[in-house]
Amino acid sequence: METVTEITTRNFKSQEYFINMGPQHPATHGVLRLVLTIDGEIIKKVEPDLGYIHRSIEKMSERDSYQQIVHLTDRMDYLSSHINNEAVCLAVENALQLEIPDRVKVIRTIISELTRIASHTLWWGVMGMDVGALTTYFYGFRDREMINDIFEETCGARLTMNYNAPGGLMFDIHPNFVQRVKDFIAHFKTKLPEYDRLLTGNVIFQKRTKGVGILTKEDAISFGASGPVGRASGYSCDVRKHHPYSAYDRVQFNEILDTEGDTFARYRVRVQEMWESMSIIEQLIDNIPEGEYKVKTNAVIKLPKGEFYQKVETARGELGVYIISTGTKNPYRIKFRSPGFSNLSLLNHITVGGKIGDLVATMATLDLVIPDIDR
Amino acid sequence: MINEELQTLLSSWNFELEFTEEESQFLNISVKPEELYGFMKQLKETPQTNFDYLFCLTGVDWGTELGVVYHLESTTFRHQIVVKVKTADRENPAFDSVWDIWRTAEFHEREVFDFFGIKFNNHPNLKRLFLTDEWEGWPLRKDYVDEVNMVIK
Amino acid sequence: MKIVSITKTVHDWLFSIMPEGAASIVEMVLIAVAYLAFFAVAGLYLVLLERRVAAWFQLRLGPNRVGPQGIFQTMADALKLVSKELTGTIKADNFLYNLAPYFVIVSSLMALAVFPFTQEFQAFDINIGIFFLIAISSIGVIGILLGGWSSNNKYALIGAMRSGVQTISYELSVGLSLLTMVLLTGTLQLSEIVEVQKNGWLIVQGHIPAIIAFMIYMIAGTAETNRAPFDLVEAESELGAGFHTEYSGMKFAYFFLAEFINMFIIAAIATTIFFGAWLSPFGITDSIPWLGVFWFLGKTLLLVFLMMWFRWTFPRLRVDQLLTLEWKYLLPINLVNIVIMAILVWLNLTIKF
Repeated sequence: METVTEITTRNFKSQEYFINMGPQHPATHGVLRLVLTIDGEIIKKVEPDLGYIHRSIEKMSERDSYQQIVHLTDRMDYLSSHINNEAVCLAVENALQLEIPDRVKVIRTIISELTRIASHTLWWGVMGMDVGALTTYFYGFRDREMINDIFEETCGARLTMNYNAPGGLMFDIHPNFVQRVKDFIAHFKTKLPEYDRLLTGNVIFQKRTKGVGILTKEDAISFGASGPVGRASGYSCDVRKHHPYSAYDRVQFNEILDTEGDTFARYRVRVQEMWESMSIIEQLIDNIPEGEYKVKTNAVIKLPKGEFYQKVETARGELGVYIISTGTKNPYRIKFRSPGFSNLSLLNHITVGGKIGDLVATMATLDLVIPDIDR
Repeated sequence: MINEELQTLLSSWNFELEFTEEESQFLNISVKPEELYGFMKQLKETPQTNFDYLFCLTGVDWGTELGVVYHLESTTFRHQIVVKVKTADRENPAFDSVWDIWRTAEFHEREVFDFFGIKFNNHPNLKRLFLTDEWEGWPLRKDYVDEVNMVIK
Repeated sequence: MKIVSITKTVHDWLFSIMPEGAASIVEMVLIAVAYLAFFAVAGLYLVLLERRVAAWFQLRLGPNRVGPQGIFQTMADALKLVSKELTGTIKADNFLYNLAPYFVIVSSLMALAVFPFTQEFQAFDINIGIFFLIAISSIGVIGILLGGWSSNNKYALIGAMRSGVQTISYELSVGLSLLTMVLLTGTLQLSEIVEVQKNGWLIVQGHIPAIIAFMIYMIAGTAETNRAPFDLVEAESELGAGFHTEYSGMKFAYFFLAEFINMFIIAAIATTIFFGAWLSPFGITDSIPWLGVFWFLGKTLLLVFLMMWFRWTFPRLRVDQLLTLEWKYLLPINLVNIVIMAILVWLNLTIKF
């Protein structure tokens, strides 16, 4: 006997069509263009078209000195600008074999974690908006604002901060820094449960996210997923744990892992990570060692001949900086392995077969920052 | 597995390899273009090595030669190596694609093709990724000249 | 008790000063003007209310600069929309494209006519009032479908198709939940439904099944107006602006106003059917009939606030979940509920004062 589906396919031929999602679309969070092949509401193929915000940072870096490169990298993943700069600085410092003071390491770690919280709060707000709950955006921004104020007081910039420099920091922390970070932690501890009450527990939200966009552990590794996207699939990929840098080897924190690999797992991992970041900051904020905030470097930094690779954990995942030096003041070739680029490459794999709404929800939990993909 | 053990193990395989640890924190392995695919597949599938995570794929213009650098890590053993492949053919450089070994290579190889013009055989969708299809030249090559858009100090 | 009615006075006065035919025409024009004015004012202030309520939910202030507490903000917006260029796509079906906004706005304007704002203050007391409301509210979707299809935009088309599937499904639940209440009243005429409620509002009279019917009505009604969590038609994070992507200026404003008036209509139906329309609680202001307007609008705005509360706290459903909710949950519950209500009425288990 024929099933209903067979009868409908025989009688009503459906036609696939293309639709351009972006480069100006509310859900692509920037100038990403996705060419969707759709059958009704069901997605058959997602093909990203990149390059709308490509500034060829890699090519520009080949002409710039190492101090100048640091000022380009915070424009890649602008939501974790400090961590991007840290990656370049660490690579240069390791190449020069500089002994970095403990004070610098601790301050860098605290600010990295603040950056991570700021990025995750923004992501949380936007995630809610993508599934249709507009109020979350303002809750996220309320808390992010406090972190931005701290950044502004520390280095003058709120988003693309250039606080790192090869050899240490640009300048010492502001006298208010410790108190304001403590105030923020106290504030955020009371506000983070609000996030769960507003969105996490909502039935519609759970229906929208559970079982959607499933990424298995094998696929996560094969596609080079990193950060919360990989960890939600049960793939332990936290660079802070496996290849500790700065002060991460002296703090206690859990690597948040989930096994489901769906959109809700990625959501849960990020929310939990904010708690872990707060715990890291709390462990360090009272024990910032005294000392210099910078080691003297030459005015013109020349890296020894060779190849240097440094990976760090940004809010989005593993950022790699690969420098090939010929011994001059410019890198011969510099490559940024950005987390967003690899995470984007798996979008087609996990969204095919879902609805347009699923694509939007899934894309929100991949937490794509387009300048990070385009570089 | 530490680098010496890896070197011993890999030398026992039937490939023509060159090892070096100079000027790099990883074990560097140079492989011939025609042996690349087989070697990579064996790296992934041998249980002792199990390099299942390709964390960086970089195109490099070495001046006379064009090459691709693969950074590999094993998520079980946490050892890392670097595999390099080079070709002197600047007109029509081509290597075998490794996208079916590591899916992430699909996009990374497209990026390398886009900027270096290195072709990857058996790649499912090899076309410009960032640049427009009409773009002429390969911008990240050292001999690329664009007098209009490029600022050179 | 003979109550002096404003409409009756005006009616008698008109008929006393001019011939019958002319008087009826003048009367109709007066009523039309009054309703158009109400439509515009209510629409604009509902927009303002929504923005202030949204701001309140979202830790913001909302518009508060144009006039005291921002009361002229939406008027300024309307002025801007009137003066804007009307754009469109080249390959749009121009006739249907221009027709669509009027379909939407006329249908909501027609529905407004039958509400009993207070005793004997009703433009059109038709004896099939509820039936008329349900029928009229389905016409609006034609406007949305036309607008989405004729603007020659894939996003608009997806939005329009979603709207079609959504409105047609949820109309069933709206109709059936109202039908449940008709079992109690025994009439479709709105004025008589109010009359029945003098013995207690229907939500009290029908107790449990009435509360279930009310909940179903509010869910389905929110879906009928295409508001969050059922705003798949617009779904800005998925479809940009949905069916009205290609509309601008006043044509967009028509869609926009109609959405808010529809919200008012859904709330007003609920007020009339479940909460005693203009009747005051426990009859405290029965002696002053014109206060009925206050009660009617008060109850309606309370329900409007409830719908705004939904909108600003809930995420959006997915299109298949939307249909699952209607066909697998609301509809069966509704059918069972009707049977329960029928048994209730048959065994005379209703609560009456």
